Amino acid sequence: MNPDGITAAVGESRPRIEGRLKVTGAARYTADVPVAGLAHGWVVTATVSRGRIRDIDAGEALAQPGVLGVLDHRNARRLNPDAGQYFGPDRSLPLLQDEVVAYAGRPIALVVAETPEQARAAAATVRVTYDAEPHDIEFSLAHPAARPASTLFGPEADTGDLEAELAASALVVDEVYHTPEENHSAMEPHVATAWWQDGHLHALDSDQGPFGISQVMASLFLIDPERAHIRAEHVGGGFGGKTVCGPQLILAAMAAEHFGRPVRVALTRRQVFLATGSRPPTEQRVRIGADADGRFRAVHHHAAFALSPLAEYIEWCTEQARTLYAAPAIRTELTAVPLDLLPPCSMRGPGATPGSFAFESAVDEVAERLGIDPLRLRLLNQPEVGPVSGRPFSSRRLVACLQEGARRFGWAQRDPRPRVRREGDLLVGTGVAAVAFIAGVFPSSATITAETDGTFSVRIGATDIGTGARTALIAVAADALGVGVERIRMHIGDSDLGMAAGAGGSRGTTSCAFAIVETAKALREKLAGATTPVTASVDTTPLINWRPDEDRYTYSAVFAEVTVDVATGEVRVRRLLGMFAVGRVINPLLARSQLIGGMIGGLSMALHEEGVRDPVTGRLVTADFAGYHISAHADVPGIEADFVADYEPQDPSGFNGLGEIGNAGVAAAIANAVWHATGTRHRTLPISLGRVVESVAAQDRPQAVGVA
Amino acid sequence: MREFAYRRTSRIDEALHLVARHEGARFLAGGTNLVDLMKAGVESPARLVDIRSLTLDEIGETPDGGLVLGATATNSAVAADPRVRGRYPALSQAILLGASGQLRNMATVGGNLLQRTRCAYFTDTSEPCNRRVPGSGCPAIDGAHHNHAILGWTRHCVATHPSDMAVPLIAFDAVVRYEALDGPGAIPLSEFYLPVGDRPDRETALPDGALITAVTVPAVKAAGRSRYRKVRERASYAFATVSVAAALDVRDGVVQDVRLALGGVASRPWRARLAESALRGGPLTAERISAAADVELAAAEPLRDNAYKVTLARNLIEAVVTELAADTGEESNG
Repeated sequence: MNPDGITAAVGESRPRIEGRLKVTGAARYTADVPVAGLAHGWVVTATVSRGRIRDIDAGEALAQPGVLGVLDHRNARRLNPDAGQYFGPDRSLPLLQDEVVAYAGRPIALVVAETPEQARAAAATVRVTYDAEPHDIEFSLAHPAARPASTLFGPEADTGDLEAELAASALVVDEVYHTPEENHSAMEPHVATAWWQDGHLHALDSDQGPFGISQVMASLFLIDPERAHIRAEHVGGGFGGKTVCGPQLILAAMAAEHFGRPVRVALTRRQVFLATGSRPPTEQRVRIGADADGRFRAVHHHAAFALSPLAEYIEWCTEQARTLYAAPAIRTELTAVPLDLLPPCSMRGPGATPGSFAFESAVDEVAERLGIDPLRLRLLNQPEVGPVSGRPFSSRRLVACLQEGARRFGWAQRDPRPRVRREGDLLVGTGVAAVAFIAGVFPSSATITAETDGTFSVRIGATDIGTGARTALIAVAADALGVGVERIRMHIGDSDLGMAAGAGGSRGTTSCAFAIVETAKALREKLAGATTPVTASVDTTPLINWRPDEDRYTYSAVFAEVTVDVATGEVRVRRLLGMFAVGRVINPLLARSQLIGGMIGGLSMALHEEGVRDPVTGRLVTADFAGYHISAHADVPGIEADFVADYEPQDPSGFNGLGEIGNAGVAAAIANAVWHATGTRHRTLPISLGRVVESVAAQDRPQAVGVA
Repeated sequence: MREFAYRRTSRIDEALHLVARHEGARFLAGGTNLVDLMKAGVESPARLVDIRSLTLDEIGETPDGGLVLGATATNSAVAADPRVRGRYPALSQAILLGASGQLRNMATVGGNLLQRTRCAYFTDTSEPCNRRVPGSGCPAIDGAHHNHAILGWTRHCVATHPSDMAVPLIAFDAVVRYEALDGPGAIPLSEFYLPVGDRPDRETALPDGALITAVTVPAVKAAGRSRYRKVRERASYAFATVSVAAALDVRDGVVQDVRLALGGVASRPWRARLAESALRGGPLTAERISAAADVELAAAEPLRDNAYKVTLARNLIEAVVTELAADTGEESNG
């Protein structure tokens, strides 16, 4: 109960407020919103990995019924080549500007027609010829074009004398790990509807942050930022794939201007794979030196990822090494390898997720080779302060996660020896991984009006991509205003609502909650004795402590049990348990649901997801759900996700983000369990049966039943 | 827009005439594969003749104790039929391990046999593919072929046949029955799929314009104890990496009959006759099972990235035959 006698909404499990609309089909996603006079664009994508367009023959397409025209580099309007997003200029954003093809799947034309069927059929008749050039998509850490990655996220770590500590170590693990290209695969493909009115751009777009996207669009089209109005009311998943300004929106806006009417561009599933950014492949070398008793002396994590020369990007794989364990010497290096690929894009815990797979696998290898229990090894090396920063932790409940998880999972009964548990043809193993995930807030602004009817209209440019953010923010607003949730009218998903963090970086809800809490505070001061309506607005930019004297992270411990079939190499997960320290939890029902979703994403990454490119053409072969496998229901066991008590002192309400940490530790926990089951270490994801079957069967041919 | 005509008929002769009279006409049953391929531009029939109103969906008995599976009987109906489950359990298992409940409710016996490969190069019209455009080339051979054929392929095509159902059917000597304008005919399933050769686009021996009316499955004593095991990259809703249908009849310690067929390894369901011969007429020992698997896979020619399938197929034959031996209570005695 708060001082006004209202039961606190934060901490209560409530189903998402728009849930009924969604399950009854009443919620309208971007492509569901009718717009008068709508025309439809169909994207034509490049089929070579590098080269120049010699000709685009659209003659047949233009003659087809309903076709309004074809946009390509010869007739499209010019866009600002310096527009960009988080990482600076992104030269992949200006579409249809020239004949250069920098990657396969690049949109090179848009066929616009009265109906999507007409546009699609006409697009199939567009004949494109190229002057192909040799391409290079051969990713490796040792690639000649490899260069240090951007340090926009801060300098890499280099503390202590690494080589001396390695030399003094009783054991050095030095291994290389690989993760493949992966695609976000949100259920709702990217779609946008755009129109222009009086020099203003209006668009409905499936994205993770309409305010940020509106800024990019304004820059691309060189209009005042106030003239770009982007809405994303309901979004069918994003997983990072909709954080950037997508080709669907850029092309819809170009076509709407060109043809003088609203245009919708909906990508097909295949086009989402081909023309929107993926998680880049990584190659990671991890060296850990330890004393015979398990204490780490040296940690070295050198990670490389692929990107495009068109845009800067950071897959920050080295985050775990700098904060998870204490060691006298820690060095991290991050290498970027420019290749003829489309620019990568943040995905489900960028950096931390592939980085955790490599780093927490290597930690497990230390435990294996020293004969120390992997849980004990992790507890043994916990730091008192940030091992690289030297700063205290604002809250660090990782040990609680590990210990409570171990208790629930029954870790104490675990036999540490590999390949000793067998049920018929199935080998059984268990594994653990720890995770730290950086936390914080981005600037956001909110406006709250105390209405004459006693309700409060909260306006904030937040986005709910299916996580329950809207519901969570209503609870935050209700508590901050001291009223029940029924008195909150929440307005989100519109760039006109003002600057706000998008749903990304595990910071959307925390950032927007911060703004709402501060705005509510300001409103309550203004309200005293005033007559309604009263409005207050707060921008949190000056309130954010950008150089805090404490390290702020969320934590998790993940435990997995797997079976491996010795005859077939099939790996199946039996149990998955995640314990999380993510600050004060706003809505346990939705938080748990999001974490379980993340853990399923981690499982899918561990065992299934792999973007495969043709080694000759460089084109993505797995550009649909028949070729790109994500876990099916039958792959997902009973998953337990729960919280240890936590409170983030840097946040006025004790909150931290939890959007991505669910993904991060799962692949390592599963890989470590596969080692425990089979005795073979898998350092390349996914751990597909083709990779397992030969090693597991070579050691142990199945015995015929009843052989005398 | 790509338009096509659509006709539904409840008479076989009319269906045959409708297809024969029109260039580019195709029969449409469940549509679970054909309609997908039409959307992708792989198939562009000028006319669809919907045969779901034909009364070809019965599952009946043959005089010799076998079964007749009507061509438009749904996969779900066949899998659930008590006679199929009792006499040919591997057939029921194979169907239930394929696709999803929704797809099985639509897909039919005839359509299942005629479904096309899921090779990614076949389904992407911006790629060359000898099966889709004869003479255009096969990019899978040097390209991404992790899931492609290890047996019976040629330089012209290395795609696999995706059907689960056809694997036990070929093991049980099923026969495809059809009607054509010049009368009815029958083709053993073992001869139904043509060898890849240099024309992978010619997939079956079914005469042009013929309509599959039924598949008959003869009485096979061993089939009563049969099993289908499907290995795939995830636990559900994926095509087989390798699958095995096996049936075993062991009496007095001697293999009287054995049926073995592999899925996911060739352009057609692969009857493992060499392995069968190696096992038939002798005792069922671990060594003989192992040798039988080896002799069948001696002809395997893996590509750069699919050699694991040879190991997998070998292990799977061993595992399934061994399981069946245990089930039948006839212990092997090596």
